[in-house]
Amino acid sequence: MEYKDYYKILGVARDAKPDDIKRAYRKLARKYHPDVSKEPDAETRFKEVNEANEVLKDPEKRAQYDALGTGWHAGDEFRPPPGAGAHRREYEFSPEEAAQFSDFFSSIFGGLGGMGAGSRDGMGGFGGARDDFRRRRGSDQSARIQISIEDAYHGATRQLRLDVPEIDAEGRITTRTRTLSVRIPAGVTEGQQIRLAGQSGAGLGGEPGDLYLEVEFAPHPIYRCEGRDIHLKLPIAAWEAALGATVPVPTLGGTVSLKIPANSQSNQRLRLKGRGLPGKTSGDAFVQLEIVNPPANSDDTRAAFKELSARFAAFNPRAKLGV
Amino acid sequence: MAQTPTGIEGVLLDERTIISVTELTRVCGVSIEQVRLMVGEGMLHPRGGARPEQWRFSGLEVRRARRALRLQHDLELDLPGTALALDLLDEIERLRRRLRFLEQQFGGGHEAE
Repeated sequence: MEYKDYYKILGVARDAKPDDIKRAYRKLARKYHPDVSKEPDAETRFKEVNEANEVLKDPEKRAQYDALGTGWHAGDEFRPPPGAGAHRREYEFSPEEAAQFSDFFSSIFGGLGGMGAGSRDGMGGFGGARDDFRRRRGSDQSARIQISIEDAYHGATRQLRLDVPEIDAEGRITTRTRTLSVRIPAGVTEGQQIRLAGQSGAGLGGEPGDLYLEVEFAPHPIYRCEGRDIHLKLPIAAWEAALGATVPVPTLGGTVSLKIPANSQSNQRLRLKGRGLPGKTSGDAFVQLEIVNPPANSDDTRAAFKELSARFAAFNPRAKLGV
Repeated sequence: MAQTPTGIEGVLLDERTIISVTELTRVCGVSIEQVRLMVGEGMLHPRGGARPEQWRFSGLEVRRARRALRLQHDLELDLPGTALALDLLDEIERLRRRLRFLEQQFGGGHEAE
């Protein structure tokens, strides 16, 4: 296993005072908290920072860690020194806590305690201890799931691979990959969560926790989503804009006909009510017009544009710019 | 060991999902008192009556409540601090989504010659 430099992780000197450690920890905890941070490795960093703090904030654990000596570098291959066991103190952690710590941590401070007998402090909630069953129950797990906008409209079934901690025959915590097939209900929107009760798989010594899936949309070549509304740009020809026309528009539910009013301009938006993602109140589809010119690449087509230019001699498209 | 149960149906936590205060305490692993404090701080907005047993929470509130509990536990925030963090995170999320939407809408700029 790899040696972990807890001082380096918190960015403090080896002789840092408890206040410095606390300050460094708080700052990094805010920076890497998975609910706050957008860094891709936030969750890993947050665990690391917590582990470092777990050791350095506690004088006994810190002394035990310091006793390993200063010759180590982060990432060095580490084996617990023989004989270290003589004055070594073992701590007891609940399964949920033990699952959060690295092998390196467990090799020094011990891992699983007696079933459910967590000994950690700092579990206070809003002025009260957390409910007891919270500890017996496995921790909840979160994952992101990326789906297409079409899947959100129609609903879909997605395969999901999750790494879940498990206790092996010898009582050690290992990781197992679990494959789940999850039904995505029609009408999900970005950022929403799907709760799968009892599916966290992390039921270490108790009832399994819940799995929360946060929905993300993959970028779409045509549609953009905002809540339940979908937006798309609709290319139209100059004469369709000028004269008005009925043109086909793709929507999630299929192609529909849209009437373009005469004298329409680029960037004008038309609303197709209820053509967005389904829901209690279905979203709308917003169509943004975009006038597209045909290529003038023959004598004939160039002549057509020249004719147009002659007929609109007084037209200044830049009049609003004062030039 | 059965590895692949097929087609697990989850509950979508949107405004159509309505849960009671008892369910919320079970899902979040908290006491009614903690929920009462979060409601009192304006973090959660239950519908229904004034008494906790009449409260009805939408699925969106489950996400809010869980996030609030994680923040207050992990960062040792007090109630008003948690409430502020929640509001700011909501706002950041909304702005990020809006920004991404606009970036997609306008695409990359082109340099003129």
